[in-house]
Amino acid sequence: MISRRDFLQTAVAASAIYGASGVGNWARLAAQQALTQDQLLEFDTFGNVTLIHVTDIHGQLKPIWFREPEINLGVGAVTGKPPHVTGEDFLKMFDIKPGTPEAYALTYVDFVSLAKGYGKVGGLDRVATVINAIRGDRPDALLLDGGDTWHGSYTCLKTQAQDMVNVMNALKPDAMTSHWEFTLGIDRVNEIVDDLPFPFLGANIFDAEWDEPAYEPYQMFERGGAQIAVIGQAFPYMPIANPGWMFPGLSFGVREERMNEVVQEVRDAGADLVVVLSHNGFDVDRKLAAQVPGIDVILTGHTHDALPEPVLVGDTMLIASGSNGKFVTRLDLDVRDGRMMGFRHKLIPIFSDVIEPDADMSALIEAERAPYKAEMEEVLGTTDSLLYRRGNFNGTWDDLICNALIDEREADIALSPGFRWGPSLLPGAPITREDVFNATSMSYPNAYRSEMTGETLKIILEDVADNLFNPDPYYQQGGDMVRVGGMGYDIDVSKAQGSRITNMTLLKTGEAIDPAKTYVVSGWASVNEGTEGPPIWDVVESYIKRQGTVHVDPNKSVKVTGA
Amino acid sequence: MEFTRRGALAVGAGVAATLMLPVRGAMAAADDMIAEFTGGASVGDSGITLTTPEIAENGNTVPIEVDAPGAVSILVLASGNPTPDVATFNFGPLAGAQRASTRIRLAGTQDVVAVAKMADGSFVQARNTVKVTIGGCGG
Repeated sequence: MISRRDFLQTAVAASAIYGASGVGNWARLAAQQALTQDQLLEFDTFGNVTLIHVTDIHGQLKPIWFREPEINLGVGAVTGKPPHVTGEDFLKMFDIKPGTPEAYALTYVDFVSLAKGYGKVGGLDRVATVINAIRGDRPDALLLDGGDTWHGSYTCLKTQAQDMVNVMNALKPDAMTSHWEFTLGIDRVNEIVDDLPFPFLGANIFDAEWDEPAYEPYQMFERGGAQIAVIGQAFPYMPIANPGWMFPGLSFGVREERMNEVVQEVRDAGADLVVVLSHNGFDVDRKLAAQVPGIDVILTGHTHDALPEPVLVGDTMLIASGSNGKFVTRLDLDVRDGRMMGFRHKLIPIFSDVIEPDADMSALIEAERAPYKAEMEEVLGTTDSLLYRRGNFNGTWDDLICNALIDEREADIALSPGFRWGPSLLPGAPITREDVFNATSMSYPNAYRSEMTGETLKIILEDVADNLFNPDPYYQQGGDMVRVGGMGYDIDVSKAQGSRITNMTLLKTGEAIDPAKTYVVSGWASVNEGTEGPPIWDVVESYIKRQGTVHVDPNKSVKVTGA
Repeated sequence: MEFTRRGALAVGAGVAATLMLPVRGAMAAADDMIAEFTGGASVGDSGITLTTPEIAENGNTVPIEVDAPGAVSILVLASGNPTPDVATFNFGPLAGAQRASTRIRLAGTQDVVAVAKMADGSFVQARNTVKVTIGGCGG
């Protein structure tokens, strides 16, 4: 008899043969120069249950450009394993031809010229079309949102996320989990959650004082005659990576034991299928899947990875659905007798010029944007460089932000956080105020200017590097490396904390950073309460206006080894 | 990204060579305390569960729990603190469970160690690394 695990692996292989994973399909269509909406959505409905996964939308209502990372290193046991595969290696691993739509959607290779050919991605009116089409095949499909939804744009900031709440409510999700949501402040979160027409799940969110669950841990759904438990797992390092003072009294954490208990609880309550809707980050989920038995599917989030096939860990399937509205995952499952017997999966890229926008959703999005349209559309300058953020080390958007901080705040060195959100801009594009907010929008934006010793700078770099490159995923926070302007350094990602960073150099003089000497440092998004300074978007806007046309040279000041 | 006191505590993780010595001193002190508690007996590693966060949300108050069914006494140490001794929990014969939880202060990333003396005089130990980090910069 074929074991369940064998069956899953067979199904993956079969999906490649039949094109059900989507990969082989797109290439063929591209060769025919005939990529259509029907072909993007083509799917042989399978089994009795359909899950639709979106995650890390970061407030992006409209189509955007989004360049996938060039550098996305894995350490320890996950070196060279998805999602730590980029560019040509990614194309080889998933058998994708260069220059095809999927090469454009999934890698950075030849990004600018492919972007001009294939156009923008995302847009929640296009996402609505895809979701409606899937519901046409399977009316009771479960739509699950992995969080980082109520953050990331001009309108989201100005409306305290009401724009995203209204638009997402119209998509009718069945559940969500969270991360950046809590940077709205606990009162605003609870105000929204009180009126939310679907559950806001987080099995790992606890009241810090009483050590009791603070939000619903899971929701049971009956679909296709099967009981499906959806367990929410919020971002574990909320009070560490983001300002804890904005949601005092809440405690998070991976809480593996808690997950074990909740999985047991839902199995005891009759769940035939256990789905974890997670904002852990991919590597944390990969470890969790190996440690906690009984989970069938983890819908991963946080680390913004887009994978065209599920990753299997034992009997658990990990799904990675990208970010910024660029992808929707459809996962059809055959659930019988308390077991998952098979699946069919497709990562659907939202090519905005191919997928017809849903008219009602377009109208709703425009209504949300209308009050702010004039100020958002104001052109501040032009970029003659590709601006992007995603990648383990400096992206050009952050280089621009660092240049602005050094220039506008008269600093020696600039620090910009290693966020993974923020769309790209093509060379020659105008930079609007909306574009600046897409890269900076947040509730703790103050651009500080302070003095730090060389020793302190080293400690900061070592600390952040360990949050990214600790070989144990449970000690990783899932952000990228802090972006540095005005200073170069070497990093050996294979070393331990305290030994990774060497050769720190002040770029303007070429001198080595002196541990005892004091430097003027400007940065933004400090997690400390009471940080003073102008909001980062004002700093960047002023810089762009003065420059007229911004130019960002390739950053060669970080040398990476040990990967 | 501003440097804070919490960040200063992280120095104990071994970043600055000048501060390595006290940390090593504390580790030696912790080893001495374990040796004193066990009288040098060999120490097993099953039958004791130590629950700690992987990364402390606040290094000044880190929740920990230790559970060792059948223990008569549990020693808890923060091996990297200047004074590693945290607590010794003693359980009388009427205790319903041999489990204790408390909140401790950690001077930087370090191992928290719990050693239980069982009713038969044997010893078991659990050791978890708790990271104390500057924070910020999360995805």
